[in-house]
Amino acid sequence: MNKTFQFFIALLISALLSSFVYAKKHPVTGEELAADQTFTYWHGDEHSSQDPQIVEDTYGANIVRDLFEGLLNQDADGNLVPGVAESWSANDAKDVYTFNLRKNAKWSNGDPVTAHDFVYAWQRAVDPATASPYSWFMDIMSIKNGGAAISGDVLPSELGVKALDDYTFQVELTASLPYFAAMTTHGTTFPTHQATIEKYGSDWTKPGNIVSNGAYVLTEHVLNERVVRERNSEYWNNADTIIEKVVTLVIPDENLGYLRYLAGELDQGPVPPGQFKKLKVKYPDQATSFPRLCNYYYTFNLSDSGIEAFRDVRVRHAMSYAIDRNVITDDILQAGQIPAYTFTPGATAGFDVPKVAFSKMTQVERDAKAVELMEAAGYGKDNPLSFTMIYNTSESHKKIATVMSQMWKQKLGIIATMENVEWKTFLDIRGKQDFEIARGAWCGDYNEASTFLDLLTTPSGYNDGKYSNAAVDKLMNDAKTSSDASSNYTTIERILAAEMPVIPLYHYAGVFMLNPQLKGWPYGNVEQNWYSRNFYKVAE
Amino acid sequence: MIMFKKDIEKLSKNLSNYEEIKGRSLWEDARIRFFKNKAAVASLILLSAILFFSFFGPLLAQWTNEEIDWSVLGDISTLGYPSFESGHYFGTDELGRDLYARVIQGTKISLMVGVVGALIAVFVGTLYGAVAGYFGGRLDSIMMRLVDILMSIPYMFVLILLLVMFGRSIIMLFVGIGLISWLDMARIVRGQTLSIKQKEFVEAAVATGVGNFTIIVRHIIPNLLGVVAVYATLLVPGMILTESFISFLGLGVQEPNTSWGALISEGAGTMRYGTLWQLLFPLLFFVVSLFSFFFLGDGLRDALDPKDR
Amino acid sequence: MLKYILKRVSVAIPTILILIIISFLLMHSAPGGPFTSERPLPDEVLKNIEAKYGLDQPMYLQMINYVWGVVTHFDFGPSFRYRDRTVNDIIAQGFPVTLKYGSWAFIIAVLSGITLGVIAAIRQNTFIDYFAVGFSISAQVLPNFVMAPILVLIFTLYLGWLPGGGWEGGQIQFIIMPVIALSTSYIASIARLTRSSMLEVLNSNFIRTAKAKGLPQYKIIFFHALKPSLLPVISYLGPAFVGMITGSVVIDMYFSTGGIGLHFVRGALNRDYSTIMGITILVGSLTIIFNLIVDILYAWIDPKIRY
Repeated sequence: MNKTFQFFIALLISALLSSFVYAKKHPVTGEELAADQTFTYWHGDEHSSQDPQIVEDTYGANIVRDLFEGLLNQDADGNLVPGVAESWSANDAKDVYTFNLRKNAKWSNGDPVTAHDFVYAWQRAVDPATASPYSWFMDIMSIKNGGAAISGDVLPSELGVKALDDYTFQVELTASLPYFAAMTTHGTTFPTHQATIEKYGSDWTKPGNIVSNGAYVLTEHVLNERVVRERNSEYWNNADTIIEKVVTLVIPDENLGYLRYLAGELDQGPVPPGQFKKLKVKYPDQATSFPRLCNYYYTFNLSDSGIEAFRDVRVRHAMSYAIDRNVITDDILQAGQIPAYTFTPGATAGFDVPKVAFSKMTQVERDAKAVELMEAAGYGKDNPLSFTMIYNTSESHKKIATVMSQMWKQKLGIIATMENVEWKTFLDIRGKQDFEIARGAWCGDYNEASTFLDLLTTPSGYNDGKYSNAAVDKLMNDAKTSSDASSNYTTIERILAAEMPVIPLYHYAGVFMLNPQLKGWPYGNVEQNWYSRNFYKVAE
Repeated sequence: MIMFKKDIEKLSKNLSNYEEIKGRSLWEDARIRFFKNKAAVASLILLSAILFFSFFGPLLAQWTNEEIDWSVLGDISTLGYPSFESGHYFGTDELGRDLYARVIQGTKISLMVGVVGALIAVFVGTLYGAVAGYFGGRLDSIMMRLVDILMSIPYMFVLILLLVMFGRSIIMLFVGIGLISWLDMARIVRGQTLSIKQKEFVEAAVATGVGNFTIIVRHIIPNLLGVVAVYATLLVPGMILTESFISFLGLGVQEPNTSWGALISEGAGTMRYGTLWQLLFPLLFFVVSLFSFFFLGDGLRDALDPKDR
Repeated sequence: MLKYILKRVSVAIPTILILIIISFLLMHSAPGGPFTSERPLPDEVLKNIEAKYGLDQPMYLQMINYVWGVVTHFDFGPSFRYRDRTVNDIIAQGFPVTLKYGSWAFIIAVLSGITLGVIAAIRQNTFIDYFAVGFSISAQVLPNFVMAPILVLIFTLYLGWLPGGGWEGGQIQFIIMPVIALSTSYIASIARLTRSSMLEVLNSNFIRTAKAKGLPQYKIIFFHALKPSLLPVISYLGPAFVGMITGSVVIDMYFSTGGIGLHFVRGALNRDYSTIMGITILVGSLTIIFNLIVDILYAWIDPKIRY
């Protein structure tokens, strides 16, 4: 072929090649993408496990969501979107749910993802041999024989799940649960690959052995240092995945994590406690804060082992009124946290925050009322109330506890001895009602108010203060089958404000430093279920 | 040769007028050498100053160590600055509490931990080592084997376990730290005892039938005091460092009490946020005290054992 | 000599056993267990988990099973906290890290310390001497949890020369700062010890004889003075080694190196019984071996001390 032709061929080839060399554009928004699509973020501690049926902490859940995919996912605002299941339906009684799986979902080794994988995984979750710490979640999903399988009364194979065919998965419930589908976004329900687990046993989650069906595969895991996951080309939606590699660095010290973020080693890093306001001014497009589905409170011990004074509702009210929540959120935490006068966060779906009485007063009015109530109860600066408050070891808990104890001391003459207890010990003594007043916090497992209010019902295993009110119990029970649960919830919050079994302090805000090049973060998702495959990095 | 009676009388009259020549004891020798050592004397002065500060400092304090100054809370780096007008001589900590008061309190606790820990080590270690060294033979073997075994145990791990197990209290801290430190002292004391044992005055005491225990207490131990004093002063900084490490891990003294270790690790964390005084003041006290203890110990050693100078 | 070694080894074994028993008892007496969590597990679930990890058996049985596993196949059991990992995994990954930067820190501390101490002793009361002593004491007094963030500030943020942490297999840029932070205070103590003991040796009779005979100074130092003056330094090496292992906790926390120091502290806080026991046994055995080597070294240098 002659030289001209060769020249054109060369030109054509180099044009084709350079279209790869030139930065790609995001298919939907048209933004120019960065050449390096690696997302590096921060963990404060090593996660507990990457086995979906065993993972129990938030860090592990983040990793599991990238490695595996369940029936349904959440979009950037927390709404349900199809995952492995293309569509789902429920019967009228809302106690049988059927999921239709897509036919092109694959495991990272090429095997197809079928309904049998889900049956295997769900049975594994309730199997006593697996000893999953989250098996109770399967129980509150009210699956038939769930509880019985967990306690070993029946075999896991008796669990009310079945594969009608390779691509249809059906679940039978013992109660009517309108929000059941939302619970399948939770990691414990993700499918696992039976052959791999049987082959490798407890080593199956190691890089090299692990087989997963999500957008990424685990390639590296060094304990207490890093976790690396890379693109899974077998993932059914791999074409839409832009981020190639996700790296997690474990940095226990928040101040150090922040330093390394500034040095460019992290795309997402922590905001050191109390620094947010300044950082927001200095780095306005990097410091981020948004509401989250968690609360923070102090619980009175109302059982017999608690102190007499706390059984007096006036004392409880006074102590709650005397706390200036704005000082805590605006001066100490400074990161957009919301002062709380109710137990359930306002960000919860389907929940309207009732304007309970004491939230409408000014702080000055609250302080005056507090003094009045304390005196009526017989305490004051000359007869001080004294007790011990416990919290678990952490800088911010310490600060908040210190501030609270000082507020009580200066306004009501209370002598509150602070006791900082290490985490495990703290859980142990709080769980045994071996305390007077203790810190507590709760993050919702699903986006509905019952995940919070269940804690304050009499039968709840997490009701460490042993608060018991029959009206609340009845309202909660009724809410399960009611079509308008939110009015029940509002009533319950009013009862709580009147009885004050806990002192709600604030509702969480998610706070971190984020590289402005990283796009796609789901700020609207209060459960903060984020998926790396939805992210992308734009060019500088 | 004195021949004449009158010379003898003159002599005897003169003699009775002479004062007794005062002997200079070894302790006095040591004291003189010590005070010639400028660094050691300076250390003594500094330490006394710090001690004085910890007792009388609170009189000057305008705030208590736990009181929060609400007005500075929103913006510590500008409002919490050290100044005389606000009464925060050393500035405030992250929560708006007066750093001056907290440093005083931290000084008290840290010094107490250091001194008490060293005292426990001295008391237990000296007795143990002296007994082992004096009796020798099988008893010595067994006792020293025990020390060897205990020394092999990674003490920090045991301390952490103890603190986790019994919860955090000052008593636990003392017990834990004291338990670790007597081992070294025991070894050193035993070595010294072995050499003192050979001396003639001990032999004499044995020959005259003095009881074993009395010999140990009245003859051996006083001769050990030099070495013991030196090592004790060198132990104190070690105790304070151990305590600061424990506080760093979050296992140290309870709020609102504090110690140098806790203050320093808090200050180190906020270094970058424009509140350098939170690190500098406690660090200053810490460093100065430790320096002083070191120089004091060195000075004592030089004073008591001139060969090493 | 051989008898001495054998005797020491025979003492080592009961020591390790006692160590295991003490750690075991202490751990199990702490309130809370590995499965105490914010969402307290329903009883059946807790029972399942405890059965899986053998925690429902009586204590002495647990201990015997454990010791048997360790002694016969070096199996330290599963980690209670990191569910997918065994303690052997944790140690296999963490120990080489600690060993690597620990050995470097140790070697540097010994070499620099001795050199500094010798120079200070030879040039006693000159500027070099004062500088050496001053530096030593300052370094000993600055805790490594203050030094670590300062190092990161200087080298990572301001100068950008070194990464702020991580290990990635132990390449040199990840070792530098941990080694500096860990070794500094030991350089100082070794320097001081060397200096004072060298001074003592230099004033002794046989050195005076050598000087009188006209031996050049370097020959005196290297062939006559060095060996005896190292005696106190050698006996300090044992505690120094233990100190470095505990100091490594701070290094692990600050530089995210993933060594066993941090695993131990986390294990204690998480009540991860098996990890704690595993690491304690490991470190205890190492300490014993190390002390043995130190004692042998000591006996070799000083023929007077032969047991």
